[in-house]
Amino acid sequence: METLWFMIVAVMVAAYVVLDGFDLGAGAIYLSAGKTTDERRKILRAIGPVWDGNEVWLLAAGGTLYFAFPLLYASSFSGFYLPLMMVLWLLMLRGIGIELRAHMENPVWVGFFDLIFCVSSALLAIFFGAALGNVVRGVPLGADGYFFEPLWTNFRVGADTGILDWYTVLTGVVALVTLTAHGSLYIAVKTDGDLNRRTRNIAMWAWPLQLILTIVALIATCYVQPSVLDNYKQHAIGYLIPVLVFGSLGTMIYAIRKQKDKLAFVASALYIVGMLVGAAFALYPVVLPASTDPAHRSLTIYNTAAGRHGLTVGLTWWAFGMILALGYFTLLYRMFRGKVRLEGEGY
Amino acid sequence: MDSALLVHRIHFAFTVTFHYLFPQLTMGLAPLIVVLKTLALRRNDETYNQAARFWVRIFGINFVLGVVTGIPMEFQFGTNWSHFSRFAGGVIGQTLAMEGMFAFFLESAFLGLFLYGEKRLSARAHWWSAVAVFLGSWLSGFFIIATDAWMQHPVGYANTADGSVQLSSFWELVLNPWAWWQYAHNMSGAVITGAFVMASVGAFYLLWGKFQKHARIFVRVGVIAGLIFSVLQLFPTGDGQGRMIAENQPVTLAAMEALFVTQPGAPLVILGQPNLDERKIDNPIEVPEALSFLTYRAWKANVQGLDAFPQNLWPDNVALLYYSYHIMVGLGTIFIAIMLVAAFLLWRGKLFSARWMLWILVLALPFPYIANTAGWITAELGRQPWLVYGLMRTAAGYSKLVSAGNGMFTLLGFMGMYMVLGILFLFLVRREIEQGPEAEVSTGH
Repeated sequence: METLWFMIVAVMVAAYVVLDGFDLGAGAIYLSAGKTTDERRKILRAIGPVWDGNEVWLLAAGGTLYFAFPLLYASSFSGFYLPLMMVLWLLMLRGIGIELRAHMENPVWVGFFDLIFCVSSALLAIFFGAALGNVVRGVPLGADGYFFEPLWTNFRVGADTGILDWYTVLTGVVALVTLTAHGSLYIAVKTDGDLNRRTRNIAMWAWPLQLILTIVALIATCYVQPSVLDNYKQHAIGYLIPVLVFGSLGTMIYAIRKQKDKLAFVASALYIVGMLVGAAFALYPVVLPASTDPAHRSLTIYNTAAGRHGLTVGLTWWAFGMILALGYFTLLYRMFRGKVRLEGEGY
Repeated sequence: MDSALLVHRIHFAFTVTFHYLFPQLTMGLAPLIVVLKTLALRRNDETYNQAARFWVRIFGINFVLGVVTGIPMEFQFGTNWSHFSRFAGGVIGQTLAMEGMFAFFLESAFLGLFLYGEKRLSARAHWWSAVAVFLGSWLSGFFIIATDAWMQHPVGYANTADGSVQLSSFWELVLNPWAWWQYAHNMSGAVITGAFVMASVGAFYLLWGKFQKHARIFVRVGVIAGLIFSVLQLFPTGDGQGRMIAENQPVTLAAMEALFVTQPGAPLVILGQPNLDERKIDNPIEVPEALSFLTYRAWKANVQGLDAFPQNLWPDNVALLYYSYHIMVGLGTIFIAIMLVAAFLLWRGKLFSARWMLWILVLALPFPYIANTAGWITAELGRQPWLVYGLMRTAAGYSKLVSAGNGMFTLLGFMGMYMVLGILFLFLVRREIEQGPEAEVSTGH
């Protein structure tokens, strides 16, 4: 039962990263890809009807995590207090940037909100990457299952870590590059003409960087948290995950060169899923490793899960809710399918 | 009081109070927009569609503000109240996760269709998307109320060996009688806000002499809904909620009424200042025996005063609790009076030219917000000193490793951020109102 919920939460987090990932990425490339006002409006229209719904996946994934593993939620949210508060502020700024820009006529104000949107999107990508890095690297958990991390200490991994060290900065950069490519490909799918060409070029330029960073991050992860290899050694099926990751990367560059934007976007989504599943597979059944006393203090799905009855009841309504949600999102994306046009209704 | 505890309490209180300014309008407007859309379909009149579109624009701005200020609420359960989450997550995780799965997805997906899909959808499909947004926002309200109601009146749980509580009965949690009274009372309060805002904007246009056709619709819908729900707010919902408190939290009732001494035939204090040092009400204006009657339906019934309970079970701020409760009830009474007079004038066909009444409607706008806020302060202060009534003290629930300094830093951060949000919100709403319902699609990029 705990394992099932672990998979459910992992899938929801992956869905969030794939979905909100493309609008964060679209934000990060916003200023460099959109050269004219019309192009910028096109980018905003491409994500306009869906970004809010995508962000809801964060809330739904968070709510499900809270429901299934309350102690994990309590421990990690209070331990990552400061960066999470900054994430909240960035999410607010970004929401303001997107929604208020439309209500401004003065070009300076438009530029101001453009900048806010772009910078907050990029920073959020880095923060989320660093957060994942923190989870993989482990945190200084106390005997009671709580911890508090300062923003940074000496930038070294070890017992006395901060939120930022060389490893989590690296994962933050990986996330930024990955989502930049992901967002570029989404915009390429949704647009035509110059904007389509330009965003595809961004993805092409990002690709070698993405490949190198993927390899570096994998090596660094094995160095920082050697236990990640244990599950792979025991269950050879896990090696399919790196195959998926590199296969998706290969497909991406193939599809970009052939101008098959949809295929490239799907490959990028699969790459993200592969990276996240790989991390989840490596950690399982640990959900937050302790850097202090890994064997005894690490939080696992077993010592953080909610009661058995609650988890069983939850399966019923979760399945029901998920079917409904998939229905809504299929409907929503179908309604707004195709390339965006500036004429006609809002967005 | 422990300063970290105080900071965490104010942190949550401030962010949730600011947050609830927005959902109360979206939840209140949603059914009224459905009414406008229905009238548009039935009467095949474009004016109603324009009216609906205007309120959808206001709704959209509020919705965005509600979402961005709502995310911190979910986060704070973990960041600032981690010991509470560890203790109660096994129960309230149910309702909080269900809110995400059932309400947020529904609401956000269909709001996208609703706001940007009018030209792609048929009139009937667009009507359905309005209904879906209405359902989503009201479901969301229910799950949050069910969570709060469990903290007020815990049911359906079992104690476990590690000291936490876990769900034992899903249906007891969802069918908690406290939740249903509180939900009815709260949603009715939200519709009052929606109705007053709609009537107020309509009255503003009538006084201004612009958009007359739409303004009459706004005032008519606002006044009728306002009257119905102002009455429902008092009876049966307010009354039912009050009896829940009398049954399950008698010490809270005593503190709300500032009834210091247990007595048969207890009076209802209309005005007066609670004096905690001397344990009496200064300068009281009372209705004799009314409290006994309202609580137990018997004029001579015995009502427990604060003296019947040890002081460490008293809500920790009796005066603030008393004042918020009285402000809420006082304003609620005034709302009924305003809407009665307005509805009478409407019935006589004189409302649209009665400038004095239109001015009252315009000026009434902030007061439902104040009443709803005061109501929530009453509910949450009344539960003190408990975080989960009878099970966990508030002092035991906050994150022990998040220092007062860090809490203060982020509290100040939120204050600054919310000030900017508030200014932008007012600026945007003012623009929408100035442009009026005839403006074509001013939203969108």
